[in-house]
Amino acid sequence: MDWAALGLSMQLAGWTVAILLPVAVAAGRFLAYRRFRGKGLAEALVMLPLVLPPTVFGFYLMVAFGAHSPLGQVWAATFGRPLVFSFEGLVAASVIFNLPFAIQPAQRGFEGVPPEVREAASCCGMSPARSLWAVELPIAWPGLVTAMVLTFAHTLGEFGIVLMVGGSIPGETKTMAIAIYDQVQGFDDRGAAAMSAILVAISLFTISVTYWLSARVGRRLG
Amino acid sequence: MALQVMARAAGPIPLDLEFRVEPGELMALVGHSGSGKTTLLRTIAGLWRPTIARVRVNGRAWLDTEAGIDLRPDRRRVGVVFQAYALFPHMTAAGNIISALDHLPRSRRLAEADRLLTLVNLHGLGGRRPAELSGGQQQRVALARALARRPDALLLDEPFSAVDRATREKLYAEVAALRTHLSMPVVLITHDVNEAQLLADRMVVIESGRMVAEGPTGAVMADPQALRAMGIREVAAMLPATIVDHAADGLTRLEAPGGALFLPGVTGAPGTQLRVRIMAHEVILSRARPTGLSAQNILAGRVARIVPGAGPGVMIHIDLGGHEILARITRRAADQMALHPGDPVHAILKSMSIARDHVARAQLAGG
Repeated sequence: MDWAALGLSMQLAGWTVAILLPVAVAAGRFLAYRRFRGKGLAEALVMLPLVLPPTVFGFYLMVAFGAHSPLGQVWAATFGRPLVFSFEGLVAASVIFNLPFAIQPAQRGFEGVPPEVREAASCCGMSPARSLWAVELPIAWPGLVTAMVLTFAHTLGEFGIVLMVGGSIPGETKTMAIAIYDQVQGFDDRGAAAMSAILVAISLFTISVTYWLSARVGRRLG
Repeated sequence: MALQVMARAAGPIPLDLEFRVEPGELMALVGHSGSGKTTLLRTIAGLWRPTIARVRVNGRAWLDTEAGIDLRPDRRRVGVVFQAYALFPHMTAAGNIISALDHLPRSRRLAEADRLLTLVNLHGLGGRRPAELSGGQQQRVALARALARRPDALLLDEPFSAVDRATREKLYAEVAALRTHLSMPVVLITHDVNEAQLLADRMVVIESGRMVAEGPTGAVMADPQALRAMGIREVAAMLPATIVDHAADGLTRLEAPGGALFLPGVTGAPGTQLRVRIMAHEVILSRARPTGLSAQNILAGRVARIVPGAGPGVMIHIDLGGHEILARITRRAADQMALHPGDPVHAILKSMSIARDHVARAQLAGG
C-alpha cells in the first residue's frame, strides 16, 4: 500500500477541482446562455481531451510544458524549477484534461435555468452577481456537483497523461494509478489489489452521488 | 408618473410606435403573435434594446438610445409577470416574493410578503413551492412578486394564456378588483381581444410593430381600422351551450341562448357545458324566422349595436338574452333589412361552418 501515492492523488484531485470550479461556472454559464459564431467549435475544443488518446494529449502537454517551450522557460525562470515532471505541471495538465468533465456538466446545469427565470431575477431587482448566487446556482448546482465529482474521480484514475507529463517521481508526481502500475511491474499483486479496490470504491461512490443528484433534480423540478 | 414609450427599429423585429400610459391606467397592447408586442414589453423592462428607443417613467429615462442611457432591468423599478410566470422553482411562494423585496430591511420582508400574498388571495400558501401550486396560484404568486418591488410600471405578458378558462375568468375578476390598489401605469400584452376588452382602459393595436389604433377600449373596439388589424375574419363571439343529446345522424343537439344548435363531431355526455366560437362572417341574418332552409341553426335575438366598417361591411352585435354574438354582413344587406338597435332578428349558422376546434369544454380538468 503506497499511502504517499494516495495522498498525492487526493491532493492533485483537490487542486484540480478547486481550480476548475470557478472555470466551470464561468465557462459553463457562458456556453449555456450565449449564442455566438464558433460556439460549436468552442464546445468541440472543450470536448477534445475526451476523445484524444491520453498519451497523445500527454505528449503535447509535455512538449508545451517542456524546458524548450516558451511556457516551460517562463515557468523555470520565474520559479527556478521546471514545470514538466513537477507537481505543479501535473496540476496544470490535470486542469486541462479535465476541462470536458468540468465544463460540460456545468453547462448542462446552467442550461437548466430557463431564460425567463433569469430575466425574472433581473426584473426582481437582482444584480447579475446576486442572480447567479440566489437563482442560477440553486438551480444549476447538481450540474456543478456532477462536474466536480467527475473531475475528482477522473483525476484519481488518469494514467497516460500523468505518466507523460509527470513521470513517476515518488511524493511529487507518482499518483495512485502510476503506483498500481509500478506495483504490478514489481510483482506486488496484493498492494496493487488493495489500491485498485480503493480506487474502485471511490469511483463507485462518486458516480452514485452524481446519479442520486440527477434523480433528485428530476423530482424537484419535474 | 406616466410611462412614455417610443421605439423604432428596422429589424430583426420591426418597431415603429409611440405611446403613453398614465398612472393607474391599464393599457392593453393587442396584436397577433409576431406583431412585436412582446418585444415592446421587453424593451420597457430592459430585456431588449431596439435601434432607437426612449422609455421614460416618472420623468426619468430608463432607456434613451440617443443619449446613451440603458439601465439594466434591476436598475429600473419595473414589475413583470411573465407568460409562463418564471417563478424561481427552488423557492417557496413567499421566497419568490421576498426575493424582490431587497429595498426593505430584512426584518420587514416576511410581513410584506404575507401582505402581498393576502392581496392576491393566497393567504396561507406562502410555504408552498411553485410545483405544489396550480397554474392560477402560480400566476397570483407571479403577480405578487411583480408588485413586491413597488414598481413604477407593471408589465403583464400574456399573463392569462397558460391557465384554463375557468381560472382565467376568476383571475380577470381578481385583477379588476386589484386595480384599486394599483397607482402605477400597467401594460397588458395580449392577443385576446376579449381579454383586452374586459380589463383595459385603453388599447393599442399593433401590427408588424406599427400602431394601427390607439385609444379608449370602447372606441378601439368600434374602430373598423383596429378590427381589420386584429383580423376581421377572426372576429368571433363565444357562445355558451349545453349538450342535450347525440342524434343517430352524427349531429349533436346543443342548447344555447336564443335556440338550439346542431353541430357535427361533438363528444361529451348530455349536460356537458360547452363554449362555441361563432365567427362573425359565418352568420347570416334574417328578420323573420326562416323556414325551408338547409341551415340547421337559427338563434333568435335582438340587434344590440350596428358598427359600420370602412369598406362595404358592417358589424352587427346581436344580443341573445345576455350573450352577444357578432354578424359581419354588407352595409347593403343591413340597409335593405332596415336594421336598427332593438329590432328582433334571427342569426342563422350552417352546422358545418363551426370548426371542431371552435367547440370547447367550458370546464377543463384541474385548475
